[in-house]
Order: sequence, then structure tokens, then C-alpha cells
Amino acid sequence: MVSIQNLYKKFGKNQVLGGVDLNIDKGGIIAVLGPNGSGKTTLIKSILGMVIPNKGDISVMGKNIKHSSDYRYQIDYLPQIANFPSNLKVRELIKMIKDLRGHTTEDLQLIEAFKLIPFLDKKLGNLSGGTKQKVNLVLTFMFDSPLIILDEPTTGLDPISLIQLKQLIQTEKNKGKTILITSHIMSFVEEVSDEIVFLLEGKIYFKGTIPELKTKTNQPDFEHAIASILTNNHA
Amino acid sequence: MKCVLQHSVLFFLALTFGSAFSQTINVCENCEISSLKEAISTAKDFDTIVVKKGTYKEHNIIVDKPLTIIGENYPLIDGELKGEVITIVSDHVTVDGLFIINVGTSYTEDYAAIRVKKSNHFIIQNVVLEKLFFGIYLEKSSYGKIYHNKIIGDAVEEYNSGNGIQLWYSNHVVVEHNYVEHVRDGIYLEFSDDCLIKNNVSAENLRYGLHFMFSNDDIYQDNTFENNGAGVAVMFSKHIKMLHNTFKENWGTASYGMLLKEINDAEIRGNTFEENTIGINIEGSNRIIYKNNNFINNGWAIKVRGACYTNEFLENNFLYNSFDISYNSKVNDNVFNNNYWSNYTGYDLNKDGIGDIPYRPVKLFSYIVNRTPETIILLRSLFIDIIDFSEKVSPVFTPDNLMDNNPLIKKIIW
Amino acid sequence: MLKILKYSFFDLMRSRWSYVYFAFYLLLGIVLLFLNNDLSKAVITLMNVIIVLVPLIGTIFGVMYYYNSKEFTELLLAQPLRRSSIFLGQYLGVALSLSMSLILGLGLPFVFYGLFKSNAIWDFSLLLITGTFLTLIFTALAFNIALSNENKIKGFGYAILLWLFLAIIYDGIFLMTLILFEDYPLDKLSLVGTMLNPIDLSRTLILLKLDISALLGYTGAVFKQFFGTSFGIIVSLITLVVWVILPVLRILSKSKRKDF
Repeated sequence: MVSIQNLYKKFGKNQVLGGVDLNIDKGGIIAVLGPNGSGKTTLIKSILGMVIPNKGDISVMGKNIKHSSDYRYQIDYLPQIANFPSNLKVRELIKMIKDLRGHTTEDLQLIEAFKLIPFLDKKLGNLSGGTKQKVNLVLTFMFDSPLIILDEPTTGLDPISLIQLKQLIQTEKNKGKTILITSHIMSFVEEVSDEIVFLLEGKIYFKGTIPELKTKTNQPDFEHAIASILTNNHA
Repeated sequence: MKCVLQHSVLFFLALTFGSAFSQTINVCENCEISSLKEAISTAKDFDTIVVKKGTYKEHNIIVDKPLTIIGENYPLIDGELKGEVITIVSDHVTVDGLFIINVGTSYTEDYAAIRVKKSNHFIIQNVVLEKLFFGIYLEKSSYGKIYHNKIIGDAVEEYNSGNGIQLWYSNHVVVEHNYVEHVRDGIYLEFSDDCLIKNNVSAENLRYGLHFMFSNDDIYQDNTFENNGAGVAVMFSKHIKMLHNTFKENWGTASYGMLLKEINDAEIRGNTFEENTIGINIEGSNRIIYKNNNFINNGWAIKVRGACYTNEFLENNFLYNSFDISYNSKVNDNVFNNNYWSNYTGYDLNKDGIGDIPYRPVKLFSYIVNRTPETIILLRSLFIDIIDFSEKVSPVFTPDNLMDNNPLIKKIIW
Repeated sequence: MLKILKYSFFDLMRSRWSYVYFAFYLLLGIVLLFLNNDLSKAVITLMNVIIVLVPLIGTIFGVMYYYNSKEFTELLLAQPLRRSSIFLGQYLGVALSLSMSLILGLGLPFVFYGLFKSNAIWDFSLLLITGTFLTLIFTALAFNIALSNENKIKGFGYAILLWLFLAIIYDGIFLMTLILFEDYPLDKLSLVGTMLNPIDLSRTLILLKLDISALLGYTGAVFKQFFGTSFGIIVSLITLVVWVILPVLRILSKSKRKDF
């Protein structure tokens, strides 16, 4: 599905990605984890073409993404911070994205599910963080693309919406889609993900299932396993 | 004046006396008399020769007796480029309604379509001249009238072209209602006093629309001078009156609406200077009154080159000129008062129609352009506005007493 | 690209700044025409406004729009759209909405004044054309500055500096150079100096209409050729087009290499 070879990225003097090799197969949920500044977002943005790597190749569905934009029709992306043009209305934003990407009818269902109907005619600048995140989710899930990338999807969500999000992720997974998630909420990651990728100082430190991680670190639960990686490395 | 009266009485007497006995001689292509020369030789004093419509290939026609030559429906006199066409050497000759073409060109002699030589009381009217060298040439001939003629040349170079109407040592001549274009100088006066140049149009001429040299006490009024090579030049003359003329579109590096050089005690009133590179270019001219003139859209409305003293500029309109006044020295002995300046930015708090702060018509930038002409390309730049403003506040390079203390708030209409 | 242009354009058309800008020009046009009642004077004042204010507003507005629409840009970047169409679309959205405010704001009062019957229509159209060119150029320059500076304060600083330099300082240096080297033939230098600054170039273009009589006062052969014929207008217009194209090309190449 996604294959990354020897990916390097530097911001100024700061080496963010230092030779990442990663293959993501079709189907399943992969969580990208790592401490702050480990390069998670940079990695995701590289896949999306928002960050231009210094070195290395990325291909999505067998095609190199360099100088190409059409491959993004295969990706649904949920950005980390839901900042939208503040003087657009919710309805207009949804209409605009549909106009830019193509037709879909899924949005009605999603709006219903996240109870966004009363907000449709409000300006995005006047919405709360949680509501914005819901709009964000609608925009992401309304298209039926084989690859879904979610950057911190749980931010600001109330418990009911969180449950809906989890259901949504499961449904999409059952359709055979590939889902890439970053999150700080370990319980969420543990619950939804099939496989994890652990980034540390711009390199992949671990890639495998959660049980494998537990065995490797010799820890009984997931959170401790992660913590032990960090402490051991920093020691 | 007495002299003029005497002459005209004589002239009148001569005409009435003459006409009582005069006969009319007809000239046409198939008539008994088929050439103008023949007609003149058979005619007696004060006879009238009527030239019928047709083409007459003649040149060197000498009119040596007082005759009236009238063309009917503009008969064509073709000089075939062989020399002068009509030479008048007698007093009291009238030439009316001829169409003269193909005057010979020479580098040694000034051939003219019609020359009046040492003769007085002539009238030349309704004549059309084309393909000419010199048009109407007055040589030591006074008390005449040149009225309603049309002179259309095809001059290309100054050195081998002549003037439309030329006066040389000819006084008391009226030049009125003529149209002159495409010659060297439209109207040229040299050593000719007490003449009236009125209601003429002189346009598209190679050099000057009107050229004045050493001629005093002349009046020129209600003329239009348009698009001439250099404009109008008035030089070395005294007591000239220039009234209600229009000077338009004289464009070029050395062009101006009017050039004044060594002119004293003149009066310049009610003229319009529009879209000239320089409206008036003044050099060594004193005691001149400029009143009620319009200066519109000129590059420089007035360019003072130096040695100009006790001139007065009163109640003129200066409208949208790139530069109103340009001086090349710090000394000023001229008076500016009660003019309207479209560039004036002052205010009139007491509402008396006069601006409360004086206007300085000379800008620092015009001083800079005088020094380094290429800087003209920065005209109307914000930076130039800023330095002009600072110079206005404290003059360093421009004459500090040069200002209009009573600038008008509204354009003067008369 | 057209879709982005459409959204940027309508987004801006709804923002209060477009109205302020539009209202300002409308007011200026009305004051100049109906209180002053003198078309020639109005055209001269308008020239000063266009030469000074349009670049300033173009730069400030361009920088402001870029920083304010960062989120929108990021949203668009994740969509299957080319970067070139995103930035070109946004740039044209800003530039065209500014140009429209200018053209409508100044045009309406003049139309009501009866411009079509007056012979100042060519002078006036030329003013609007140069105004539009200056908007296009300075918005493009502003986008360049914003693309190269993540820091907003720095971006605004550079934008103001750019305007100060091109509107005032450049002419000061230019004047000093001409005076210092007045003993040498300066025809070509002065014309080239004009071409290198879009504000000077627009000024010259308008001068060719308004002050042609003064410009023809200078003898140089190159000047004469430039000002005396339509050659000057053609060369100036072509150079203005180049002045639009170059910064736009840099927007495209810069945006292609930038990380978000």
C-alpha cells in the first residue's frame, strides 16, 4: 500500500527523519507512535506530499508520489489541528471539499451521526474545538478512499463521539481499507490498532504487533512497554 | 497716422478716378487674349483684368502698372518650376482669386509666388498658393493688405524651403485671415514696423509659425500658431503687442509656444499657451506685462533663461503644467501677483478668494532638471514630491523672493 | 486552479477589507469628481494615488491574506490538488479581488460623471490598467515574501520595506546617480533604471500620456525614440507583463519546494 525507502528530512539544523524504511501492507490499522518531536507528523505529511523529503522515495499504491498530486484521491486525511477558514460556514466548507474532490453522499449520514445539523449554518470560526474536530471527521470519512490517515483523531471529542469514531474506524477496516493513526492516547491505540510503528529520533525503533512489543520489552501492559522504550533509550 | 490718412485718400481718389475710365480685359484659354502677360501689356493704368477659369503656364509676370487682376473660379497659374510667378513693381495693384502653383526653387534667388517690390497700396487677397518656394514676399513695400489667402507648402528641409508670407522693410501692412502651412516660417517680419497681423492660422511649419526680427510697434492678435517646428519667435523688437493668440502643440526638444529674445516694453495679454514643450521661453526681455493669459498643459509654462528684469505676471491661469516657472538663477526681479495656479495647495480661511499662504511657482525639481536633463524621467515621483516640499519650506536653490503673494483660489474666467 | 481562485475570490469578497478598499476608492472618485469638478486635476491626483497607494495596499493585503489563510492552504494541500494550482489560485483570487475593488471603486463614479462622453477616457483607462498591473505585481511580490518567511512580523516588515524601497528610496538613489554622473551620457541608464522598478515604470507610462510635452523637452536620441513614439508605451507594457510573470514564477517554484 505505502512503501517508504530511506527517507531523510531536515528542518534547518534539526534532523527530523533520519533514514526511515517502512512498508505498510493493504488492510488493517497501523498506529504510528513516538514521543513529541520524533517525526510522526513529518512522516505523515511526507506521505501526503505536504513535506518535501531531502532524500528517499515514497510510493503509494505502487506509484512514486514525487511531482504528483492525483494519488491523493486514494487518501483521506484528518489533520492534527482542525483549523479552517474562519469566515466559511460548515455547509460551505463541506460543499467546497466535495467540489474539489468529487461527488459523495456519505456526508449526510456522517453529519447525522455526529449531530452536526444545528451547526451547518454557523461560521467555522465560531465553533468549539470539539465541534470543529467533528466537522474534520466528516470531511475525512465522507470519501471512500483505500488509505485513511488520521493525525490525533481523538482530540477534543466527547465520549459518545469517541465511540462513534471507533465504530467508524472498524467499519472502514472491515471494508478492507488501510488506516494509519497517530495518537497519544495509549488505550485508544491499544484498542483499535493491529500493528504499531514506533518512531524514535527520526528512525523506526519498532514495528510489529502489540503482543510482540510486550514480549520485546518484557512488560505486562502496553503503556508500560512504551514507557520502558523511552526510559531505556534516554538512560 | 496723418501719413496713413493721406495715403488712403490718395488711393481712394485714384481708384474712383481711375475706374470711371477703366475697362475690363478678359483672359481665357480660347479668348483673343490668352495669357496674363499679354493682358498686362495691353492694359492701361487702372484697368481690370479678369482671368477666367483655365490653366495658364506662365512665369515672370511683371505687373508694372496699377491694375486689378481678378481670377474667376480660381484660374490656375502654373509657374512650371521656372522661377518667380508674379512680380508687382507698381503701386495700387490688386491681385484677387488666383491659384498659383509650381514656383521655381533656387539657392541663390528667393523666388516667390507673388512679390511686391518697392510698391505701396497693394492688396493681395483670396489667393491660393501651392508647391511654392516663397509665397507672398513684400520688399520695401508699405501700406498694403494681405487678406484671406491660403498658402500650402510642401517643405521638408529648412535649407531649400522658403517662407509663407515675408515682410522685409515693409511698414503699415495688414496681414489678416490667412492660412499658412508646411513652409519654413509661416509669417516672417524683418525691419517692418507698425504692422497688424490678425486672425491668421499658421500651422505645421518647419521652423516658426511667426518670426519677428528688428520690427517695432507691431500688433499681432487672434492668431493661431499650431504644431510648428519651434513655435513663434519674437526677437530684438520693441513695443510689440501680442493679444489673444493661441499657441498650441509645439512639441520637440527645442520647441516652445513663443520665444522672446531681447524684447522690451511689450504687452502679452489674453493669449492661450496649450500643450507646448515650453509655453514661453524668455531671454533678455524687460518691462513686459503678462496679463490674463492661459497656460494649459505645457511642459514648462514659462522658462526664464536670465537677464529678465521688471516683468510683471498678473492674473494669469497656470493649469496643469508639468512645471509652472523655471529659473536658472537665484536672482529674481520680476513680479508675480494674483495668478491662479492649479498646483496651489493652500487654503483660504477668510474666503476672500485669495490664498492665505503665498505660492512658490519654482520647484527644486525644475532646478535639478535644468542641471541634469535626464532626471526628467523622475517627474511626479513621490521622492521628488518630498524634496520639492522641503525646498518649499526652506528655499536653498530657488530664488526665495519669487512667489505669488496673492494666489487666487479659483480659475480666472474672462 | 479555477476552483481555488473562485473560493479565494469569494472568501475575500466577503471579507470586510475588500469593502473598506472598495469604499475608499469609491469615496476618492466621488470627492475628486463631484467636489472638484475638474477632470484633468482628478486624473493627476489619481495618478499619485495609484502610484503610491496601490502598491502599498497590494503588498500589505497579499502578505496578510497569505498568513491568514494558512489553515485553508493546509486543508487544500491534503486534497488531490497541484501545489501550483493552489497558490496560483490563491494569488489570483487576492489580486483579482483587489483589482476589482480598484476598477469598480474608481470606475463607477467616473461612469456616472459621464466619462464615456469625455476624451479623458484614455487617460483614465490607462490609469486603471497600470493600477491593475501594480496590484498584480505587488501581490505577487507579497506572496513571495510571505512564502519565504514563516514569521508573520518579519514578513510584514519586509513587505513594508519593499514598498518603501520601490516607492521612495529607489528614486532617491536613482536621482543621486543621475546627478553624480551628469557628465556622462545618461539616456540609456535612466531608461533602464525606470524599467527595473515597476512603480517607476507605471509612472512613466502615465507620464507618456499626461506630461508628454515636458518629456519631449530633453534632447537625447534614446529619449526621443522612447517618448516620441508608441514604442515607449509598448516597451513599458511588455516590461510590466514581465514584472508580473517573474514573481509568479518564483511563487510556483518556491511553493513546490516548501514544507507545510
